[in-house]
Formats: sequence, C-alpha cells, structure tokens
Amino acid sequence: MPDLIAFLEPDLAVIGRRPAIIADLAQLLPESCLITEERELVPFDTDAFVSYRRMPLAVVLPETTAQVAAVLKYCNDNAISVVPRGAGTSLSGGAIPQEDAIVIGVSKMNQILEVDYANRAARVQAGVTNISISQAVDADGFFYAPDPSSQLACTIGGNIGMNSGGAHCLKYGVTTNNLMGVRMVMFDGSIVDIGGKALDSSGYDLLGLICGSEGQLGIVTEATVRLLAKPEGARPVLFGFETSVAAGACVTDIIGAGIIPVAIEFMDKPAIEICEAFAHAGYPMDVEALLIVEVEGSDAEMDAMLARIIEIARRHGVKTIRESQSATEAALIWKGRKSAFGATGRIADYICMDGTVPLGQLSYVLAKTSEITDRYGLRVANVFHAGDGNMHPLILFDANDPEESLKAEMAGNDILKLCVDAGGCLTGEHGVGIEKRDLMRHQYSDADLAQQMRVRAAFDPKWILNPSKVFPLEGRNGSQTGNQSALAEEGKAGAARTGKTAA
Amino acid sequence: MSLSEIQHPESEDDVARIVSQANAAGLPIEVRGGGTRAGLGRPSQAASVLSLARLTGITNYDPSELVMAARAGTPLSEIESALAANNQMLTFEPMDHRPLLGVDGEPTIGGVFAGNISGPRRIQAGAARDNLLGVRFVNGSGEIVKSGGRVMKNVTGLDLVKLLAGSWGTLGVLCEVIFKVLPRPETAVTVAVSGLNDAEAAEAMAAAMAMSVEVSGAAHLPLSVAYRFGDTLKGEAATVLRLEGLTPSVDVRTERLVAEMRRRGEVSVLDAEVTRDLWRDIRDVKPFAVQRAKPVWRVSVAPSAGHQLVAALRLKTGVDAFYDWQGGLVWLQMEAEPEADLVRQYVKALGGGHATLVRADAATRAAVPVFEPQPQALDALARRIKDQFDPGGILNPGRMTATM
Ligand SMILES: Cc1cc2nc3c(=O)[nH]c(=O)nc-3n(C[C@H](O)[C@H](O)[C@H](O)COP(=O)(O)OP(=O)(O)OC[C@H]3O[C@@H](n4cnc5c(N)ncnc54)[C@H](O)[C@@H]3O)c2cc1C
Repeated sequence: MPDLIAFLEPDLAVIGRRPAIIADLAQLLPESCLITEERELVPFDTDAFVSYRRMPLAVVLPETTAQVAAVLKYCNDNAISVVPRGAGTSLSGGAIPQEDAIVIGVSKMNQILEVDYANRAARVQAGVTNISISQAVDADGFFYAPDPSSQLACTIGGNIGMNSGGAHCLKYGVTTNNLMGVRMVMFDGSIVDIGGKALDSSGYDLLGLICGSEGQLGIVTEATVRLLAKPEGARPVLFGFETSVAAGACVTDIIGAGIIPVAIEFMDKPAIEICEAFAHAGYPMDVEALLIVEVEGSDAEMDAMLARIIEIARRHGVKTIRESQSATEAALIWKGRKSAFGATGRIADYICMDGTVPLGQLSYVLAKTSEITDRYGLRVANVFHAGDGNMHPLILFDANDPEESLKAEMAGNDILKLCVDAGGCLTGEHGVGIEKRDLMRHQYSDADLAQQMRVRAAFDPKWILNPSKVFPLEGRNGSQTGNQSALAEEGKAGAARTGKTAA
Repeated sequence: MSLSEIQHPESEDDVARIVSQANAAGLPIEVRGGGTRAGLGRPSQAASVLSLARLTGITNYDPSELVMAARAGTPLSEIESALAANNQMLTFEPMDHRPLLGVDGEPTIGGVFAGNISGPRRIQAGAARDNLLGVRFVNGSGEIVKSGGRVMKNVTGLDLVKLLAGSWGTLGVLCEVIFKVLPRPETAVTVAVSGLNDAEAAEAMAAAMAMSVEVSGAAHLPLSVAYRFGDTLKGEAATVLRLEGLTPSVDVRTERLVAEMRRRGEVSVLDAEVTRDLWRDIRDVKPFAVQRAKPVWRVSVAPSAGHQLVAALRLKTGVDAFYDWQGGLVWLQMEAEPEADLVRQYVKALGGGHATLVRADAATRAAVPVFEPQPQALDALARRIKDQFDPGGILNPGRMTATM
C-alpha cells in the first residue's frame, strides 16, 4: 500500500550505533526490561492504527521512575529519539515507533499505589489499565469516570497522552477533567511532581497542558486521579427514529432542556445493521437512526429523567421506544453498541474517524459524510457519542486492495476537513498522532502552530520525544530566536529537526 | 498613572498593534479587564495600561449548543443576563472579588478566565479552566493566536487553552473566549448540619461526597463566621451541603442525605432562595469582606488537610477561617501579619497544595510572593514557557512572580 503519511527520515548515524546504544541501555536497567531481538520487537511495531508499521531500535520496559529517568537522560544526551508507549491502543498512530527510536513502555509500572477515599483520589503508576482503577475501588462504592471502550487494555499513561474520553464523559468529562496530578520525567531525566490532591495550581496549568500532549512533553510515570461515588443505578433507553435529522434534533433538545444524561450514543442505519447481525440485540430494523440514552441515579430519579426524555423524543416523532426493565435488558441494549467496532471488523477493514462538530451541525455533517464516501465508492457506518458532537464515522474498505485503502484514507481526510469547516475539530478523543498530523494546517494557522511548537520546545529542546507526531513535518520551528531561556540556547546544539521526511 | 497612558483597543487587530509596538519599544504593559482583580497579584511594573473595556460583545451564542463566545472585555453581568434569559448559567460559579477587595468596577469574562476564577461548584462541575473551550489571544510578540474551538471535545494539538486560563495576562492578551454553559438546575436545596467542629465537619463532608447524591457544594462555616450569614445559620457552626437538579431527583437525594447527616448533628434543609444567597455569600467570601485591612489567604489543599492546617496555625498566630470544596479550599483571615512562611510551611507539611495571598496592601504584595512559589524545576519550566509566549517580557511583568 502506498503510504500517504511520512515519518521523519531515520537518523542513520543513530541506527549505525545500535549495538553500542543497546550496550549502554543494558547498563541502565535490568536485562528483563530490555528488548532487542527482532522477533520480540515485532509486537511493538505499530499500535491500533495498523496500516503503518515501523520497527524500533529497541524497547525498554522500566520498572521504576528512576529507570525511566536514566534512559531518557541518556537519549537526550545522545540525541536519540524516544517513543513513549502505554498499551499501544492508539487509533491515530500516536505510539508507532520509528527505526531510530527507543520505545519506552510503562506497562511494567502497573501498581495502584494509594487509594484515599477521604480525598476521593487514587495514586497509580502510569501503566495501570484504565479499568483496574475502577475495579480496585468498586466494592467501596467508587469509580474512575473516563471510560474509553478500550479500557480493558489501555493505560492511564496513554489516557493522559491522548486526553481520552468515553461513553460517559458527557456527564463526567474526559481525562483532563479527572486528572489531579502527575509525576513526570522531563527530557533531561529530571523528575517533576505536578498537582496532587489539592485542586488547581497557583502557577501555569502544566497539568492541563500535559494532558493530551501525546508523549511529546515528557514521560508520565505516576498519576493522581479523581475517584467519584458510584451512582445507585443506571438505565439505558433505546429510541428509533425515521430520520437522522430527527434523532439529531432530539439530542439537541434533551441537552437544551437541562437534562444531562450520562450517555447519548447515536447509530445510523448501516451501523444498526452491522451490530444487529453480530449481537442480536433486538434493535429495530425499520428505522434510520438509533439513540441510546442512559441516565443514572435512584429509581425515582431515573423515572423522573426518563419521563422527560421520552416526552422530548415523542415531540420528534420517535418510532420505537425500548425501556429496559431489568439488568439483562439493559445489557442487551448496550451489547449492540459496545460490539460496534468488533462487529464492523468482522465484515470489513475500517478506519475510525474522530472529528467533533457543534451539536447543531450533526445532521448536516452526517449527510455530507455519506456524500463523501459515496464519491469514493465506499461504505460508511456511524456510531458515536452524540451528546458532545464527537463523531466516529467508520469507513469500510478492503485492506488487501491498495487502491481502496488509499481511497479510505483520502475519504477520511475529507471528512475531517468537513468537521473543521463545520466549526469543529480534527479529533475529539483519539489524538492527532501521525493520522491527522498533515491536516493540522487545515485547523490552525501558521502562527497557531508555531506557538504550540514553541511551547513544545520549552519541554523538549532537541525534539527527541515522539518527534514524528502531531506537528506537520514541514515548517517546524524549534526554539524561538532571541528568547531569554538558557535552555533554548542549549537546544540549538541538538538542532531542532527540520522537515526532512521519508515515506 | 495618568489617563493618557491607558489604551483602549476596540478590536483584536488593535490589540496586536499595541502589543507589537510595546514589544518593539521594550515597554511593559499592564493588561486589564474590569480592574476588579487588579489588587490580586504582585503590583506589576508597567509603563502603560491596555484596557479590554472596549473589546466587548457576545459573538456567538446558540443556547441549544450550550456554548457561548464573547470578546474578552464583555462585562460578566452582560454574559450572565444573556444566559439567564435562556435559563442557563456559568456552571463554575466565578467568584466576585469586589466585596472582599472592596473595589468597584465591572468584572469581565476575560478576567474570569485569565484568573481561572471558580466558585463552590468547582468540586462537581470543574474550574473555569475545565469550562473554557477555546481562546483567541495576542502573545507578547503581537501575534494573534487561537487554540481550542467551540466544541466540547477537542484534543487537536497542545491544549494552550488550559495554559492561558489562570496565567493572569502574563502569556497573552485574551481577546475572545469560548466556553461551556449549562442549563440552570430546576431547583436547589442546602442540607445544613449544625454544631460540628472543624474536624467533624471534614468527616461529614467526606461522607457526603462519598454518597451518590451529587453534592454540588460542600462548605463548613465555623461559629466564628456563622453570624455573618444573618439569620440563615442561626448563629451556629454549620456544615452545608448543596443539592441541585430536577425536583423529583433533588427530593430523593435530600431524603438520603438528611438520613445520613442526622447521625452527625442537628439537620435542617434550606430552600432554593436561601440556598442561592448562601452560596453566593460563600463564593464571595462574605465573612471576610468587612475588616479589609486584614490579610486574606486562599489555600488549596487536600480536603482532609484543611482543618489540620487551621488547627496548626491557631497554635502560632491569630486566624479566622472557613472552608469550601469539601474542606480543601481554606479561606484564612489573618489577625495581623500575613505570616507567609508559616502558612506555606504548614501547607507543605500537610501534603502540599498552594496558598495565594488574595488580599493585602500593595507593599506587602510586593514583598511577599502572592502566588505559591514553585519548586525550582517547575519554576524554570514556567520561565521557559513564558519566554515562548512573551520573549520581551512585556506582558504584566512581575504580576505572578517577581522575576517573570
Ligand atoms: C477498540 C478501541 C476502542 C477505543 N475506544 C476509545 C474511546 O472510547 N475513547 C477514547 O478516547 N479512545 C479510545 N480508543 C483509543 C485508545 O485506546 C486511547 O487513545 C488510549 O488512551 C490509549 O492508551 P494506551 O495505553 O494504549 O496508549 P498508547 O497507544 O500506547 O499511547 C498513546 C499516546 O500516549 C503516549 N503515551 C503513552 N504512555 C505515556 C506515558 N506514560 N507518558 C507520556 N506519554 C505516553 C504515546 O506516546 C502515544 O502518543 C480506542 C482504541 C481501540 C483500539
């Protein structure tokens, strides 16, 4: 398949020094933490954006913050690129390595260090999986709110890297709204603690900046996250509509009425068909769009909220309403939605887009999305978090057909541009990675990007951290000339990379 | 400072031009919204004032999208009445500093975000920074930069929005802000437990937050401040817990919370109107809005550490205090001196956090670090970030720290 997306041209000098570098790394961590055999490196050659693969120079899986610091300092001193990695479930290629880079994976740092109910906080190592936090506090009536569908596998470090969301973030917010502190290793191996159990910061909001920075500002080794009291119960309702427009308008009215359900999920006709064929959830087949609206609380509260939601849905001519009377029925309603990605994967290869649009633009963008995929002769299924406008068109294609693969990528790019033009953004929760990197100029002006890159340079003067990602390879700037920072001066020695690329 | 040294840009381009010129001439400028928080922070050393008072107007508001955009100088009152007309609100309840600081003027929406000003609902709905979706600003070189946008979820590139929130005008001049708004709750009540001491109150608040009743405000008003709330608290120490939402839901939750709190002390339930006034007064630190010569600290620590901090300080010096944010936000009024070293030493000893000297005379604010000094590595990092936004160091120099 011809690659649409380029990586930075590998530094041959670094690759040439591979044996020496490996020997040096062996001095910094135990043998069991260092992976260099080609066969063992293969599992690290991509993430969930599988159409792109690069073998790393080596992988290290440190067990302590001190080991992370030692490796990072070594890499910075020797101008070797580093790709931080959690579980490698990124959908945008954020964790894909490059040939001249060391992957630093946090998967061995997977301990929950402290649970503090009085202050509703948990301190965990970066490699714990998202779900294990909620599991650890479940029996005591608490949970950690952001719940990406990949939560069985993905790590808190990766969630911070991508500022991940989930089905329930309509009510509880995404990672950045639930993160209280981090311990982070900086480019030079220094270790900083930012935030903690006290709210907000007195200096600049570094925590907010780090969240969603895609491994470009440092390596997070510990996090303090917010725990919340578990709701008494949750109940989903399924609504079927004759048009996507009616379903979209219903979403807007529910939100506008002051009811914030925990989740509003949207599925269009193709998605309904795919999920029903797989999950047999009993979804109505005579409708064009489905909404799953979930509310939380005690029975009385849920009754009250659902009564209002149903009234709104009726005003929009809802055709089917299915309330869940039991846990089994509730699980069935969710089963179809939750299997959407898996079910789609069984019938075709797909890429999952992630643009966000203003709520009022949902119907328009849905219609335009089908026009785009029609134009490329491809199929699309839409299943997404409607309450916050975060769309996930799944573009179906055959990965064995190089031409169709290319078309799928191009259709994806057109859809993302459409989202930006409709007043939205390229990515709501999956991150830029390599996937959307070259579209950044569609959303941001040169001045906007230059400012972001200057901030980046304040954290990583030599651009060693995940350097092929997020910022278009052409026209990169390093540190700003004439600034007063001594470190930026030092950075010149490593020379911020210019846009030399290799496909 | 004479009036002629105040510039009043009317557009973003004006702001960019003024900042470029100041940068070229190396002349520092003080960035000012309504000036109601001008007394918060180190007195800055500026040659002129850039006032946003004429960069006003709501630029985009579709109530059904729950998003509003406004130019930075738009008066907060204008924003709030536009929202009220649609039964909506700013969910993070920004504090009004005028009563505490004893100043006049119109707070602006830009100032609210520049200071990351949040109120009691912060523990449930997030801070100002959590509700800020997008910004347009002019950096210290006079370039117009945007970050974020008008959608709820956005991870496209580095989140400069968060960085600008709470940067007190030292990284850029905010020109336009885009933020989340939410429908007003249908009703609200306050469950008040009377007679608890500070430690018992901390436990009661933690217990309430551990219940699935969605407390949207948790404060403790000790005996020494209770009388400042008029008849509402009947002059007794009160631990107050706010519940908001749809009426049937609030009814159910109130019942559950009352049942739990009854085991701890005498409980009363305050209605919607009383609730509104009470939480406004807590938000605006009404108890300390009287003796304005006394220094006031705003301390953020872990909720369980708040009362310990106050107890420790009491052994050394005269302080009055009350608590918001489940006990984690401590408002401290000092009897005489600010005692900065003592306050900060105890904050550190109790697990860390930060203390901001919100009220003190200019001489004190020039001598005592108003914002919590950062550890050396973070201070150096902040310095590097500042250089990348404002290489000439002309935006509000000295406001956050003496050297920045
Ligand atoms: C089936 C499926 C469903 C998904 N559903 C969702 C969803 O509902 N919502 C959602 O938001 N995402 C979803 N994702 C995307 C993905 O799971 C998230 O982005 C997740 O947070 C990545 O975590 P990870 O541990 O796999 O990180 P990785 O993929 O390993 O890394 C992600 C990024 O973070 C950086 N990084 C990793 N660890 C660290 C660290 N310790 N310090 C600094 N940087 C680090 C990496 O360099 C990379 O840029 C889904 C993915 C799949 C495959």
